[in-house]
Amino acid sequence: MLIKLTGGKVIDPAHNVDGVARDIYVRDGRIIDAPEPSTKVDQEFDLRGKLVMAGAIDLHTHIGGGKVNIARAMLPEDHRPDLCAPGDLERSGCGHAAPSTFTTGYRYAEMGYTAGFEPAMMPVNARQAHMEMGDTPIIDKGAYAMLGSDDLLLSLMKDGADQRVINDYVAWTITHSQAMGLKVVNPGGISAFKFNQRRLDLDEQAPHYGVTPRQILKTLAQALHDLGVPHPLHVHGCNLGVPGNVQTTLDSFAALDGLPAHFTHIQFHSYGTEGDRKFSSGAAHIAEMVNKHKNISVDVGQILFGQTVTASGDNMSQHRNAAHADPNKSVIMDIECDAGCGVVPFRYRDTNFVNALQWCIGLETFLLIDDPWRVYLTTDHPNGAPFTSYPHLIRLLMDRSFRNEQLARINTDAAGLSTLGALEREYSLYEIAIMTRAGPARTLGLRDRGHLGVGAAADITVYTEDADREKMFAKPDYVFKDGTLVAREGRIVEVVWGNTHVVKPEYDASIEKIIEPHFRRFRTQRMGNFKISNDEMCECGHGSKLHVHDCTHGRKQ
Amino acid sequence: MSHHPSETRHDVPCSFCGLLCDDLSVTTDHGRVRIDAGACPRATAGFDAANRALDAGATPRIKGQAATLEQAIAAAAEMLRGARAPLFGGNGTELPGMRGVMDLADATGGTVDHMNSYSMFRNFHVLQNSGWVVTSLSEVRNRADLLVCFGTDIASRLPRFYERCLWVDDTLFGLRAEDREVVMLGSPKDPSLATSPAGRKAEVLACANEDLAEVAQALRALVAGRPVAGDSVAGIATADLARLADRLKAAKYGVVAWVTSDLDFDHAELAVQSACDLVRELNAHTRCNGLPLGGTDGDYTAHQVCTWQTGFTVRTRLSASGPQHDPRAFDTDVVLANGAADALVWVSSFDPGKTPPSTSIPTVVIGHPAMQVECDVFIPVGVPGIDTAGHLFRTDSSVAVPMRKLRDVGLPSVAEVTAAIRAALQPARPAVTTSEARAC
Repeated sequence: MLIKLTGGKVIDPAHNVDGVARDIYVRDGRIIDAPEPSTKVDQEFDLRGKLVMAGAIDLHTHIGGGKVNIARAMLPEDHRPDLCAPGDLERSGCGHAAPSTFTTGYRYAEMGYTAGFEPAMMPVNARQAHMEMGDTPIIDKGAYAMLGSDDLLLSLMKDGADQRVINDYVAWTITHSQAMGLKVVNPGGISAFKFNQRRLDLDEQAPHYGVTPRQILKTLAQALHDLGVPHPLHVHGCNLGVPGNVQTTLDSFAALDGLPAHFTHIQFHSYGTEGDRKFSSGAAHIAEMVNKHKNISVDVGQILFGQTVTASGDNMSQHRNAAHADPNKSVIMDIECDAGCGVVPFRYRDTNFVNALQWCIGLETFLLIDDPWRVYLTTDHPNGAPFTSYPHLIRLLMDRSFRNEQLARINTDAAGLSTLGALEREYSLYEIAIMTRAGPARTLGLRDRGHLGVGAAADITVYTEDADREKMFAKPDYVFKDGTLVAREGRIVEVVWGNTHVVKPEYDASIEKIIEPHFRRFRTQRMGNFKISNDEMCECGHGSKLHVHDCTHGRKQ
Repeated sequence: MSHHPSETRHDVPCSFCGLLCDDLSVTTDHGRVRIDAGACPRATAGFDAANRALDAGATPRIKGQAATLEQAIAAAAEMLRGARAPLFGGNGTELPGMRGVMDLADATGGTVDHMNSYSMFRNFHVLQNSGWVVTSLSEVRNRADLLVCFGTDIASRLPRFYERCLWVDDTLFGLRAEDREVVMLGSPKDPSLATSPAGRKAEVLACANEDLAEVAQALRALVAGRPVAGDSVAGIATADLARLADRLKAAKYGVVAWVTSDLDFDHAELAVQSACDLVRELNAHTRCNGLPLGGTDGDYTAHQVCTWQTGFTVRTRLSASGPQHDPRAFDTDVVLANGAADALVWVSSFDPGKTPPSTSIPTVVIGHPAMQVECDVFIPVGVPGIDTAGHLFRTDSSVAVPMRKLRDVGLPSVAEVTAAIRAALQPARPAVTTSEARAC
């Protein structure tokens, strides 16, 4: 079937195209060259006057796995005001902070998103994450496996294992948990919490193992670099949420010695200790360092006001944050000598000094980082806010007068301490397209997504331009997923099952001589039953396709 | 019925309790399964029943008369087509089967429950009220230096718990079996099950399980340094409780474990709540974790799937306006007693004894092949982990174990049966659930 998208103004930063009217042809789910004029077009969409972008990609969104399902189970009261009826195409479910899997897929697609990546997949819990994502329709999925507090890595490091051994273990873990990348969460800290330590600074030795978070960061970043995994180490740093952690974050950048790394939900790691309340914005320092160091990318983890739930692998921090739970309940778990998790409902209030300043810090970060290719639009769904608030966030970035109206409503002490009101920058549509499409695709190594060139997957979103950017981005006119029209004006018109993206870096199979005994001696699952096969992935995902991305590109020999 | 030559497999997961031990060696010989290593009473009973099914030669039945699978599926679909408020109960199945049940329920406006809800909700109420601080089996194995069994001996329900999680010498941090201590609170059935390999007996501080909430609250006060009035609490000497409070504070990684089916009294959630409050208090001083144990008949799996697909755990009605969740109103017994259902689909594939409750409404049973049951439509299905592959969630909820198909005796899976019924219903919309057995 040949589809022609006629005359839309294309915004495609991967090809330096900014608002040029052109035709796009789609066949078998791919964008193709203009066919011979005599070729019969099966379906044509007249997009003259409309804006065309690639489908958006969320590179950090908690959409699948144990902690997300705990959040769902804990919060029936949050679901009830946002129940979703079954439709001709749609399964029933619920929305808001911890939406059901089906609703997650529909709502992303309705907003023009065509891919989402679960950033904190515990290897031991990977099956559950994939099963939940398998029940998440339409969008493409992928996940980053979590290492850095697992007892095997820490044992290897304690024993001074060669970097090549670590690399094999990392590659093995990514491969058999079916991941797209690797995340480290509070390096060493989740393990330290199991030894009753409540804080672990960058250069503090982890209990029992004697290794420091700095060493863990460096070792894992090196591993991904050596293995040629496209997305560099995804870092959730030390001391999340602690005033003064901006220095830890800056030190963590430096700890990498120039190795590439992605620092996630940087807003939660950008806090100073200035002022009467010993809580201040460190966004300017962070932005300055990001601007200077091209090896670093960030996503913001913007907070927006209202009820949400925070779900994290960082049980050390979440145990501390549980004191602020609203409603007052929390789940803190130690899990399988692998990692842990913490789920804490939260209500961010614009009248609250700390929350209001967090809001400012996130926006300052967006506006002070010069290069949109290295800062991605996230709320760390649902930790800062549910992903459904992205259109609102885009408006805050694109519309200074709107932003300043909002600034005038928040806690005045916080507003007074922030430089936000003085920041004149307004993001352009082109820059939004970079930070929500081309940028995430590039850092993830999704070569056929996030752009509209010939050969790209036909994940395409079509908007009607509107000065109210929130309205514009909430309900695109058309959303195509792999060439199928799936949503129209914010309504699902077809349900497809997106792809799952993974990498399978090469490793020396003899690493199993170390891993197998670890499972047999210390764990309650055998190694063979830990590994997730490709067949299982297909079965979990309604037959969705497994896309294995290349790791040889840029692999260090 | 196909006959295979004898074959022995290793590291086979067992589906018959929440531990999902995955270290069994199993020989399959002419359709019979035999555990060579890793057996326990529950596994043996489960495997025996699966072998009995072979002799029973169960076939689908419609009103007691033998029928083909196709006829039985058509009859089940016919029954659901005529139903306005079907109830999907039992739900003893593995993950793909539960996905199939959810899809059917969504298409028919059905109510979904699980046969173990009465027990699971003792935990869910606490999860939704306060949350908890909990741990998982491998952490217990490597770290737990003091285990408090809260109203349970554990091993009556989860037979290999001590073998796999406590009486282990080879651990990550040098902890050995005899370094660990077990204290039982309440009325455990058989404390001797927790005797250490060297013969050290578990200490029992006995009280009625109904009084455990009070005991846990007293312990919490003692941990916090608050006075507890009187010489005893629920018959336990306050001095003994004070000693236990000190031991919990001194422990590096205490674990408080309970099995909700052993807390079988009204408002047992208050006992669970008090245990969780105690654990939280201890975490102000040291590390201590709760360990909710249980997990039979796919209950945790049903909970997980229902929760991620709808936002709510079981006891949820998939109404035309969206999922409605009510732990009381959508209890299977209450729904039936109130005449609020007009058809019952009972799924129970692990245990031939888990038959549907007595009811006069039309009933389809998708059941264990050795099940003896009178109903309108009976469809025998394979036993999870023996006849069918698919996943199950372990008692500690973090680990989903891939079960294996050990033999092919011609029995369909719950997933295949529910998908076939779904396809036979005039679809309101295309089915989205595929069988886990489907090739791709």
